[in-house]
Amino acid sequence: MRDGVRAALPLAPGPLLFGLAFGVLADAAGMGVVAATAMSATTFAGSAQFGAVTVLDAGGTIVAAITAAVFLNARYIAISITVASIFPGGRARRLAESQLIVDESWALSGRSGRFEWPILVGSGLLLYVLWVGSTALGTILGGTLGDPNGLGLDAAFAALFLTLLVPYLRGRRAIQAAALAAVITLVLIPLTPAGVPIVAAASACLIGLKR
Amino acid sequence: MTDVWIVIAVVGIATVLFKAAGPVFLGRRTLPSKVQSVVELLAPVMLTALVVTQTVGGDGELSLDARIPGVAAAAATLAVWRRAPLVGVMAIAAVVTALVRVVA
Repeated sequence: MRDGVRAALPLAPGPLLFGLAFGVLADAAGMGVVAATAMSATTFAGSAQFGAVTVLDAGGTIVAAITAAVFLNARYIAISITVASIFPGGRARRLAESQLIVDESWALSGRSGRFEWPILVGSGLLLYVLWVGSTALGTILGGTLGDPNGLGLDAAFAALFLTLLVPYLRGRRAIQAAALAAVITLVLIPLTPAGVPIVAAASACLIGLKR
Repeated sequence: MTDVWIVIAVVGIATVLFKAAGPVFLGRRTLPSKVQSVVELLAPVMLTALVVTQTVGGDGELSLDARIPGVAAAAATLAVWRRAPLVGVMAIAAVVTALVRVVA
């Protein structure tokens, strides 16, 4: 496990600043420090948290916010299946430790060519502490920043999603699905309430059924 | 305020179940390949939708404003440096957008 902590240390500034950014956004959306920190502690998946809060901040419904986040996190079904067999112990322990699966801990744990439990759990623990702590800090700092959009923070959050998107754009099918999602979103923004375009864009993943 | 807590609770529970899907519920079985290929596309599709809404989404309309040069600068950075650090890319977008707002 100590190896996992050590493996994740070079990545530490990432989740730290990402968590700060989430706290700032959550504050702008009127969430408050307790709610934002509770979300980071229970969901522990940055992009879905950003997705849900972005929808709420834009005035979308709670159904749209939940759907966007749940669709974003559905990838964890696939991810957790790839590491299903490395978790030791009984069900309760596996349930607890599986919560330490995040994109980064998962990627680190498979670097040697096969997935290693100590790396996943060690790096996941470090990332968890950083994520929850920096969320709380970001929410508190958010109140002192003034209007976040005046600072260009709205564009910064678009850039955040773009940066998270890049590693997924491997292969023709992912690029086609992303392009289709962009078109659906653009068409629906003027026609539907906030949040709906994002949820509707999820249908683009059905390209995966095509041979 | 209660709305926020409903979102936190539902998303939290769903995520716990997703992460537990493999280690707790599935063990060594695998997903049907069709389901797998759809699930794999969910993340890129949803992230794309978020990029678009966050770049040109307005109050019930498309809004073309200073966010566009900011996001374009971020995209250009990622095009030449695919593994550019997240915070750097965010800072570039924020600075370009803020500058355009000051000038315009």
